[in-house]
Amino acid sequence: MTIATPRQLEQLAAEYKKTSDKHKKMVIVCCGTGCLANGAQKIVDAFEECLSHRKVKDFTVEAVKKTGCHGFCEQGPLVVIEPQGTFYTKVKSKDIESIIEKSIENDEVIEKFLFTNPKDGRKIEKYPDVPFFSHQHRIALRNLGKIAPFDIKEYIAVDGYKALAKVLTTMTPDQVIDEITKSELRGRGGGGFSAGKKWRTCRNVPSDVHYVICNGDEGDPGAFMDRSMMEGDPHSVLEGMMICAFAVGAKQGYIYVREEYPLAVIHLQKAIADCEKHGLLGDRILGTDFSFSIRIARGAGAFVCGESSALMRSVAGEVGEPRAKYIHSVIKGLYDQPTVLNNVETFVNVPVIINHGADWFRKIGVSKNSGTKVFSLVGKVRNTGLIEVAMGTTMREIIYDIGGGIIDGRPFKGVQTGGPSGGCLPESKLDLPVDFDSLTEAGSMMGSGGMIVMDDKTCMVDVARYFLQFLVSESCGKCVPCREGLYQLHKLTIKICEGNGTEVDIEKMEKLSQQIVVGSLCGLGKSGPNPLLSTIKYYRDEYLAHIRDKKCPAGVCRSLVTYRVIPELCTGCLACITACAYHAITGRKKEPHVINHDLCEKCGACVAVCKHDAIEVS
Amino acid sequence: MVTVTINGKLVRAKEGEMLLAVLRREKIDIPALCHHEAVEPYGACRLCMVEITRKEWDGWKNMVTSCLYPVADGLIIQTHTTDLIELRKTILDLYLARCPNTPEIQDLAAQYGVNQTSYEQVAEPNDCILCGLCTRICDRMGFSAISAVNRGHGREIAPPLKEAPPDCVGCLACALNCPTNYIKYTDIGQTREIWGRKFELLRDSRTGQPTIPKEFAEYLSKYRNIPQDYFEQNDESHRKETALGLGKIAVWSREESQ
Repeated sequence: MTIATPRQLEQLAAEYKKTSDKHKKMVIVCCGTGCLANGAQKIVDAFEECLSHRKVKDFTVEAVKKTGCHGFCEQGPLVVIEPQGTFYTKVKSKDIESIIEKSIENDEVIEKFLFTNPKDGRKIEKYPDVPFFSHQHRIALRNLGKIAPFDIKEYIAVDGYKALAKVLTTMTPDQVIDEITKSELRGRGGGGFSAGKKWRTCRNVPSDVHYVICNGDEGDPGAFMDRSMMEGDPHSVLEGMMICAFAVGAKQGYIYVREEYPLAVIHLQKAIADCEKHGLLGDRILGTDFSFSIRIARGAGAFVCGESSALMRSVAGEVGEPRAKYIHSVIKGLYDQPTVLNNVETFVNVPVIINHGADWFRKIGVSKNSGTKVFSLVGKVRNTGLIEVAMGTTMREIIYDIGGGIIDGRPFKGVQTGGPSGGCLPESKLDLPVDFDSLTEAGSMMGSGGMIVMDDKTCMVDVARYFLQFLVSESCGKCVPCREGLYQLHKLTIKICEGNGTEVDIEKMEKLSQQIVVGSLCGLGKSGPNPLLSTIKYYRDEYLAHIRDKKCPAGVCRSLVTYRVIPELCTGCLACITACAYHAITGRKKEPHVINHDLCEKCGACVAVCKHDAIEVS
Repeated sequence: MVTVTINGKLVRAKEGEMLLAVLRREKIDIPALCHHEAVEPYGACRLCMVEITRKEWDGWKNMVTSCLYPVADGLIIQTHTTDLIELRKTILDLYLARCPNTPEIQDLAAQYGVNQTSYEQVAEPNDCILCGLCTRICDRMGFSAISAVNRGHGREIAPPLKEAPPDCVGCLACALNCPTNYIKYTDIGQTREIWGRKFELLRDSRTGQPTIPKEFAEYLSKYRNIPQDYFEQNDESHRKETALGLGKIAVWSREESQ
């Protein structure tokens, strides 16, 4: 069915809102990638199976809703019982029978599925009371976990495409750009360039053809913000792109999604097809003169293809290698035409800004850094997952209030932000407000929003080595400083991790890093030494411990640690002997075991199985 | 025309012309390993980087790749600052770790005072400096028979799947333009071998000397409108024929003037 006018869209929205009654009984099953991997589909199937032979009052199988990612993947699969908002975690398909009987038929709460607050051990019943959610400020993630991503009706019911209708009927392209510029929305992909300025520059280039590209090539290890938005709320991405296309005068758009995100591709394809069916994409959208279509370009998963010029080459079917950008891609981009390239999160913010106005948006966050930012909070925190906070929130609030602190109450050591191009920040920077400028000043960067928390069991030299290894294999290999320089930096970190480093090596690494920053062709090389430089800056002692004392204080670098059984703690349970693949542990039952250092490969399997903390790594 | 300042000297240049071309014209010694006039600038070796600024930039400077940087009026360029020399030294040092036995790299590095790499040498060094000239020239010729494969430090130049390249015509454009002579080929009798593929060479109809591969001749007659029989003579025969033709013209013109 085609929606021919903005008026018709309004009527539809009103109609759909009625059907999605807030007081009706409903079950929400999180079907983001994390929960699916944990068996969310089996839960949906179990609901269908149970409801096929069981009559429940005021409840049918249609009321079981599959939504996108809630962000709390660690506790998945997640099930929410509406209208009460009862929040169940780690649900299994065998539990569905009892959930239907108790929670749906009799409105009872099943204690064992409730989330336990790791801080005080108390059970939390309602979804909004969970600290992981209550401390967040959700704008970009507004629809995630609330609507079914596969259904355009649900999106229209939450005022979807209202901003598009507003733009097409009441605003000129210049007014749209003014509004976005006024909102001070900055590119969420990491660079933090003003979206309004970018759109303005693109619009001002005289050309018959302009392009809009959405960058969904999220390659940072441990980051999954864009993925969740594309999977859980694809229509918001499309609406943002449409508004941008109207503003800059583009008729064709592309969404660049990496091959590793099959679910995102499926959901986006469905959303695009639905829009085309409803006349929201294609010729004369909503009966106006505006025509726009969107195609999906799938990337093969090269990290460097997240860089704008490499991405555009990849969209055009060429090898994804960056070029020098003395002429910006916004002027000469895809097929040498003016091109706006924004990140998924940037586009998702656009409809909200149009609906609520730039002034409203600017009130969120801090000066020059308005709005919110989505982070994937991972690593050694108790609550890992996808979070969204207002800009300017401190790292401490994110890690301790939302993240619930460090696992097992261990001491905090550092947090890595910005992915392989970012850096590590120590405890002294915990009260740093998280925004583009503060992070850059501290020697890290916002990046697309990865946040990896590390405890005292993490070796910072090893962290630098890991990120360099990642970059060495992900560098395209075109320019010398990045290809050869990062390779040599990686070799030098290995040398230090193995205990063969000298203090001259640190100097040498710093000097080489400087030249890589200056000399590299694209952003990957220019920011590549960041993880190394920031760890040298804040954790020099740890480098020196590796070099001078030949010790790894965190007990990570294999060449520098020894494993030993503490006889007083060992109960002689044989667990480690069974676990050791190298037959390096000997001993009899109920007698302290002994590790043979000649055979020990320092794999850590014994530490993992020992229930008495009887194995010492030093 | 625009005016720029290079190392303190005012120089006229065409607007939009690449900076390296202007520097070369001014006889300024700027090393560049991946640059070639026949193909688009590439910006991979980073040796041709220079420092630029403008009056209105208030002392802010930027380092740019001169082979890729379009000249604009009022640019102030420095080509041999301490920072630039330090950068070139580091790059050549890194090159030496990869290509320790390559004379072209050794010589250039020695010019900058680097005689031995200070980094860890790669395990199996070869002479390929990954300048990408061969692949770009092959693209320009219209064949795209070889390309860069793999990413990062494992990058190398190879035909598809490292098998005899189906699109190669044996024109030798890659091998003859390779700055370090890394790309090897053999011409034995009527057979040419390159990239693991064998080509039959056409013969000169008069002397029987080899000319160019059959595939290359077919390509040229099909896409460049050169008659096929042109390749049945080698250069020497062509010259002799031209000389005979010129002789006839001389006789004809003498008769005309009488």
